[in-house]
Amino acid sequence: MQSILLTLVLAPLFGAVVAGLWRNQVGRSGAHWVTIIGVGISFVLSLYVLKLYVVDGQPIYNEAVYTWMVSDGLRFEIGFLIDNLTAMMMAVVTFVSLMVHIYTVGYMHDEDGYERFFSYIALFTFSMLMLVTANNFLQLFFGWEAVGLVSYLLIGFYFKKESAIFANMKAFLVNRVGDFGFILGIAAIAMYFNSLDYAEVFSKAGSMADTQIHIWGDTSWSLMTVICVLLFIGAMGKSAQMPLHIWLPDSMEGPTPISALIHAATMVTAGIFMVSRMSPLFELSETALSFVLIVGATTAFFTGLIGIVQNDIKRVVAYSTLSQLGYMIAALGASAYAAGLFHLMTHAFFKALLFLAAGSVIIGMHHDQDIRNMGGIRKYMKITWITSLLGTLALIGFPFFSGFFSKDAIIEAVGHADRFGAHYAHWLLVAGVFVTALYSFRLYFLVFEGKGPRDEHAKAHIHESPWVITVPLVLLAIPSVFIGWFTIGPMLFGDFFKGVLYVAPQNDVLSQLGAHFHGPLEFVKHGVQGLPFILAMSGLLVAFVLFLLKPKWAFDLRVRFDWLYTMLDKKYWMDEIFQTVFAKGSVLLGTVLWKGGDQFLIDGVAVNGSAHSVGALAGVMRRLQNGLLSTYAIVMIVGLLGLLGWFVFK
Amino acid sequence: MSADLPILSIVIWLPIIGGLLVLGSGDKAPNVSRWLALFVAVATFVLSILLWTGFDSSTAEMQFVEKAAWIPAYHINYHLGIDGISMPLILLTTFVTILVVIAGWEVIQYKPSSYMASFLIMEGVMVGVFAALDSMLFYVFWEAMLLPMFLIIGVWGGPNRVYATIKFFLYTFFGSVFMLVALIYLYFQSGSMGILDYHTLKLGMTEQILIFLAFFVAFAVKVPMFPVHTWLPDAHVEAPTGGSVILAAIMLKIGGYGFLRFSMPITPDASHQLDLFIITLSLIAVVYIGYVALVQSDMKKLIAYSSISHMGFVTLGFFIVFMIASNENAETGAILGMEGGMVQMISHGFISAAMFLCVGVLYDRMHSREISDYGGVVNVMPWFAAFMVFFAMANAGLPGTSGFVGEFMVILASFRANFWFAFLAAITLIIGAAYTLWMVKRVVFGDVTKESVAGLDDINAREALVLGSLAVMVLVLGLWPAPLIEVMDASIKNLVEHLAVTKL
Repeated sequence: MQSILLTLVLAPLFGAVVAGLWRNQVGRSGAHWVTIIGVGISFVLSLYVLKLYVVDGQPIYNEAVYTWMVSDGLRFEIGFLIDNLTAMMMAVVTFVSLMVHIYTVGYMHDEDGYERFFSYIALFTFSMLMLVTANNFLQLFFGWEAVGLVSYLLIGFYFKKESAIFANMKAFLVNRVGDFGFILGIAAIAMYFNSLDYAEVFSKAGSMADTQIHIWGDTSWSLMTVICVLLFIGAMGKSAQMPLHIWLPDSMEGPTPISALIHAATMVTAGIFMVSRMSPLFELSETALSFVLIVGATTAFFTGLIGIVQNDIKRVVAYSTLSQLGYMIAALGASAYAAGLFHLMTHAFFKALLFLAAGSVIIGMHHDQDIRNMGGIRKYMKITWITSLLGTLALIGFPFFSGFFSKDAIIEAVGHADRFGAHYAHWLLVAGVFVTALYSFRLYFLVFEGKGPRDEHAKAHIHESPWVITVPLVLLAIPSVFIGWFTIGPMLFGDFFKGVLYVAPQNDVLSQLGAHFHGPLEFVKHGVQGLPFILAMSGLLVAFVLFLLKPKWAFDLRVRFDWLYTMLDKKYWMDEIFQTVFAKGSVLLGTVLWKGGDQFLIDGVAVNGSAHSVGALAGVMRRLQNGLLSTYAIVMIVGLLGLLGWFVFK
Repeated sequence: MSADLPILSIVIWLPIIGGLLVLGSGDKAPNVSRWLALFVAVATFVLSILLWTGFDSSTAEMQFVEKAAWIPAYHINYHLGIDGISMPLILLTTFVTILVVIAGWEVIQYKPSSYMASFLIMEGVMVGVFAALDSMLFYVFWEAMLLPMFLIIGVWGGPNRVYATIKFFLYTFFGSVFMLVALIYLYFQSGSMGILDYHTLKLGMTEQILIFLAFFVAFAVKVPMFPVHTWLPDAHVEAPTGGSVILAAIMLKIGGYGFLRFSMPITPDASHQLDLFIITLSLIAVVYIGYVALVQSDMKKLIAYSSISHMGFVTLGFFIVFMIASNENAETGAILGMEGGMVQMISHGFISAAMFLCVGVLYDRMHSREISDYGGVVNVMPWFAAFMVFFAMANAGLPGTSGFVGEFMVILASFRANFWFAFLAAITLIIGAAYTLWMVKRVVFGDVTKESVAGLDDINAREALVLGSLAVMVLVLGLWPAPLIEVMDASIKNLVEHLAVTKL
């Protein structure tokens, strides 16, 4: 088993190293073959592992590969924990990654740095696999930071563009704010559990449930709340939750394939994966779960709103991703971890599809990304059009599509939750359905329907993308449509996550829902009678009217509600606030400390002040050294050597 | 064990004598002196590996001990020996010296033989500092260290080198005078010059505090700790690349080493009493200096400030032991913090050396250290850019590189002392990444807008060898720090146990 797992994890790394270090030797096709084969091996093995666990019911595998170090009785190890959750994540990650690898052959065809790109995405796959297979917090943090590194490299892939290299630094630093919380959470675990091993920590968690600690003065805090909030701050960075979401829209500076792979399907869901993994800890803190719930729901609704006014095709999808991540996080906050993971999986397929389809459109439009210039593309790019439509329907939660099952389950679960903030969260999530449908179909109508493209030259040259691009679209469209129907039963209400996720009986909203679950068909029948379905359809309808039928109305509305439009267009001014307070503030603080502290107080007053008083001495020294410097030194050294050397060799 | 062969003496004296030979070879055939210097450096390194292979990591006893009377009238001995604390530092010294010799190969055209000789002599003297177990011997090596460095900066330094050398000299000399007084006092109290004898010497609280402060001045300047750090950026800016590398990679570590060999074991009660003072200064170094590094426009200054900030972790890791020991909620952690500090020293040796060498690569081509003179270097120097980004990430403490290990251990340990120590220390995650990546963004990335940058050549094989070997070390130590921890474990454990016993 260990050799299978090592091959599975290391195959993409091998590809990355070969394509990266020997890029001149292997050339372009060598680079894409070595990485595609590497990731392909991973994918096949992931399927095999998935079969072992899901079909054959293999027991949980938890073994160390090697000991990183032992210090002070604390063992730091690198090892694998394989259970149904890991098996599912590996399959999703390697599948989407493989699709993106193949797609990239077409998308990056004419770009410089082709080999570098393949090296990076294979390295990303390796890092993500390390993250999901970890059996301890150290390795989790390794994977966590490694995916951040690759994300940094890929957002800045076009390193000549000022906006790209600004975006990648911003992404890294905002993520580091999250990691700041994360590492403190790990430190707290290391202190109170004296271990970083998942199994050991989880088994001791129950006995720590009532531990109180003092952080500031005499107010006591529940240890579990402190740990979980700190860990979740890490998730807020990686999974782009408000207010740490600001890096994700900017990350669209990276090439489209990585937007699909990293900034939609896999890396950004690491936070959801992590919180689910830590469910035995989070279940012990009602406060932390409420915090998670509120942050998730807030992100889901308010970032979705911004998506309505975006005009860059990738940014619309990016805000949609933020919003959907918010849904997943909210599910976790409602203790419906399985629902969050279920949505993670369906979303990985349809959002990767939407991004890759957007990329296909961008190629068709010769790298014009403004949706106002598009239109009528369905006539020219049939496969892209149909797969996009399928992806959009999945995203808005159209009945029978995968997104319908996962989103409806989250809303139902949050509705059943009995926890501070649940009511607030529920209504935001329900309203979010309307918003989702509105921005999704606005995008769809503006891009694919109606007349266009606006530019005659573009219109004349637009054509469907090559097969390396369309085949991944088709392959992603299949699970986007069907996977919800087939997996909702076992994943949400069955025992797929049994022994993996821990939910306290009083929090178990999914089992309450499960009591009424009688197969996917009944689920759909029940769903279409609910408010979310009506809202989704009205969102679709409104989008149809405003952006296809009567565009003038949309314009009138925008003028009428100018304040709202400006607020959304400016993204609640959060970028500006962060830029001013943190970026400029830090530079200002640094300048003050440097000029005021180091230069004025320490050097000016203290050092040179005393130096002036011993100025005479300095003068003498300078005269002594003048011209005689080397003589002086050599005399000293020879003296020293003579003294010591005489002794040594006597 | 090859006890008959005085390996420590050889590792000290081979480079010193080799250095004198190189000096004597003159500048008529610079290649002869270069190859000779390289041969000596490699030979010394190979011999120093014997210190690792022959090392018994199960004991905290001094090993490879050599002892003989030197000036019997004052009980001064030629006494050498190493434990798990000094051995890794000696290997770091011998390793980095090779790189410095290679890095200065064609770059130094002015008196190359004297340049090479200075570094070789420096190497021997620094190993002597780490290996000395007699306080006078230690002191002699300690002072002798100043001279080659003084020459290196003074002869091959930048335009403002006179100011920098004097500042450097005065600062360190000022510190060592106090140390000398403390050592003489200890001699009169114990009648011995043996450092290990001082460890067991009973001392009153007032005595301890005064001795501690005297040592503190000497070591804090070397580390350097806030607020006696301002000599370092000036010295780095003026020093030639090799000088900066030795300064950052090895000389700063001598301050940290001093705390472990002198301050803490000789005056444990004073260390306990004053620990909050040191911790505060360390945290100021981490946070305050981090912000100062952010606004530097000179690459070398930026890295110099970054060094100070990173060294803050070293002193933090060392001095939190007392608070962890007295925290009933933390079962262990004292050793973790100390080992974290040690790992941070070794790791910083590699990373700071690499960062200064990267700047050196650019400086050799453009003769500028100003960040604003660069931009878009990646377009013309892709391999160099890969190295620079890698080392920058290591400097920002990315897991998988050695920069992560020490910081991680110290943050984990300081959480056991006080939540807010860990909180402030962890700010380095953000600020460290900010100043490093911002520099990388401005220097490496972007389009080429300056003609001078457009004409740059990528690194040659020699530079690739130097940076590549450091990259390997950074990666190995980051992926598998266990062997390093293993060699120091017994010694650190012994030290922590020693600190728990009062001397009053």
